[in-house]
Amino acid sequence: MSIVLVGISHHQAPVELRERAALDRQRAAELAGALAGGRSEAVVLSTCNRTELYLADESAEAAEEKAEVALLALESKLGPALYRLRDEDAALHLFRVAAGLDSMIPGEGEILGQVRAAHESGATGPLLDRLFRQAVQAGRKARTQTAIGESPASVSSAAAALAEQVFGDLEGRSVLVVGAGKVGELAIRNLVSRGATIASVANRTGQRAEELTERFGGEALPLERIEEELVRADVVLSSTSAPGWILTREQVEHALHARKGRPLFLIDLAVPRDLDPAIHELEGCYLYDIDDLEAVVAETLAGRRREAARAETIVAEEADRFRAWQASLDVVPAITSLRARAEQIRDAELSRAKLNDAERRAAESVTAAVLNKLLHLPTIRMKQAAAAADGVIYADAVRHLFGLEDER
Amino acid sequence: MAELLFWPALLAYGEAAVAYLNDVRHPGLAGRLATWGVRVGWLVQTALLAVQAARADGFPWSTWGGSLNLFVWLVVGAYLIWGCQPRYRLLGLAVLPLAVVLFILARVGGGTGVGVRSHYSNLFLVLHVGLVLAAFAGFTLAAALSALYLWQERRLKRRESSILRLRAPALSRLDEVAARTIAIALPALTLGIAVGIARLRDRGGGFDALMAVTVVTWSIYSGYLALRHFAGWRGRRAAYLVLAGFVLVVVVRLGLPVTHFAT
Repeated sequence: MSIVLVGISHHQAPVELRERAALDRQRAAELAGALAGGRSEAVVLSTCNRTELYLADESAEAAEEKAEVALLALESKLGPALYRLRDEDAALHLFRVAAGLDSMIPGEGEILGQVRAAHESGATGPLLDRLFRQAVQAGRKARTQTAIGESPASVSSAAAALAEQVFGDLEGRSVLVVGAGKVGELAIRNLVSRGATIASVANRTGQRAEELTERFGGEALPLERIEEELVRADVVLSSTSAPGWILTREQVEHALHARKGRPLFLIDLAVPRDLDPAIHELEGCYLYDIDDLEAVVAETLAGRRREAARAETIVAEEADRFRAWQASLDVVPAITSLRARAEQIRDAELSRAKLNDAERRAAESVTAAVLNKLLHLPTIRMKQAAAAADGVIYADAVRHLFGLEDER
Repeated sequence: MAELLFWPALLAYGEAAVAYLNDVRHPGLAGRLATWGVRVGWLVQTALLAVQAARADGFPWSTWGGSLNLFVWLVVGAYLIWGCQPRYRLLGLAVLPLAVVLFILARVGGGTGVGVRSHYSNLFLVLHVGLVLAAFAGFTLAAALSALYLWQERRLKRRESSILRLRAPALSRLDEVAARTIAIALPALTLGIAVGIARLRDRGGGFDALMAVTVVTWSIYSGYLALRHFAGWRGRRAAYLVLAGFVLVVVVRLGLPVTHFAT
């Protein structure tokens, strides 16, 4: 049995092509079911960055052709962007994908769940089941043993992570949102997903502020009221299109007296900036603008790339383990036949011997032990040879030496 | 036996100190090894103290070296409460090298061998020396937390781009844990001082400079808690005050051989 991978990804295919080949979970499961059949197995991995078909079949060529036809049926222009990999190369590729090493942002965490979901909805047999299980394990290992997925990879998640550096858990921390544009929305989502509460949304037009409060909670306010809201806010998130300062140092300084030493974290995503940079000089106030956040993200991405080198080693080790396991499949039938033949001879000889019950039990125990000890080393050696790619030669030699040819 | 236990404890603390340093560069395995080093070291030192107490049939840490040995055990024990959490591993970088140095000094001062029973009563020693040392251990930990606070605060103020790569505990958490540690350590110091004063009045004796510094130390930490509660003192100013108190703790510790252990 060979493993075949045919697919497209963000490396060669632009989003216009990828979106036409993208499949939701149900359609991916249906396609996997259609591609599998008989002894062949199929898994479809479809994310926003890739659509990949993994097949296990007796004939690699036939499986590859089948997969290509299926992908071209989704979009006929995919041809030049398709890549094809087999056996250990396909396995290594999947392990890298699961570890986030093939993602646009190294170490991106969502892919591991997507690989798991593809496995669950695939039409798997022994080969692809093992491959995907080990891929998930490799992905998990890369994440736990390196820091590849630890730091945020976007400005909005960096802003939320920085707020956590000030407050720790954001559960129950109140956020004052200034400006209700699209720019701030991702940051709001990130803060809310970490437990923060949107206390109020201040905006020039009330309607957009109310739209946001309906979705994320809080109270809609006119911009004039933000100074009084500063007293109870822990985080200020500003992203208006105003030409001047929305909040000045003096306004914040005034509010600080009533805050009793509680720190204030301010995020300025607007260009031109909304918040007076001098606010950062005040004790207990931490102001980060878009450039500061981008510098943090650039650093964390560099860190992820450094960790990626360590993750590659982990993934390569897992791929080696899988290759050894797959190769051992070549010798398993020969080992099974050899053991069966030995047992057959043992049974025949024991039945011919004239023994009482006690003697028979003793003889059975002794002969079983002799047989196991005798076959142990050849079994191990054959598996080792299989891992070193000589498995088929050894298996043929064993079949020839012990006359097992008829049992193939 | 006691001497035999010193080396594995020192080795474990040393391993933890080196592993903490390594954890800064490559977070993960080194941090876990460090945590285990602290745990093992502390358990071995506990055994060492138990052997010392059993051999002396009482409280054998009334010498300068002995009290240092007990002090190290208390500091590491207090650190263990938070130090096992990955975020607080950076704190280990401040606590463990200090523990190693003090532990070696304790040995040089003869505090890790079989101790001699003091002519003071066990109850007095446990209450006075034990409580004062426990309080000092708490203040030491609070100082390490405050130092970490100031370092982390400085990074946030400088907007260091590496701030999310090398993560420290959150500012609010550091501030809170330092305050809580002091809130536990201060009553211990109060009681320890009270026992000392009671004995002084009972048996007679002079009020020396070291006792005065200890009382000033007590005032600083009391002031810290009062300012925090009534005036909302948090953050940088509060951290500096904790460090100022710790300077006095160091002065008292260094002054002990001259006054309390001289005779």
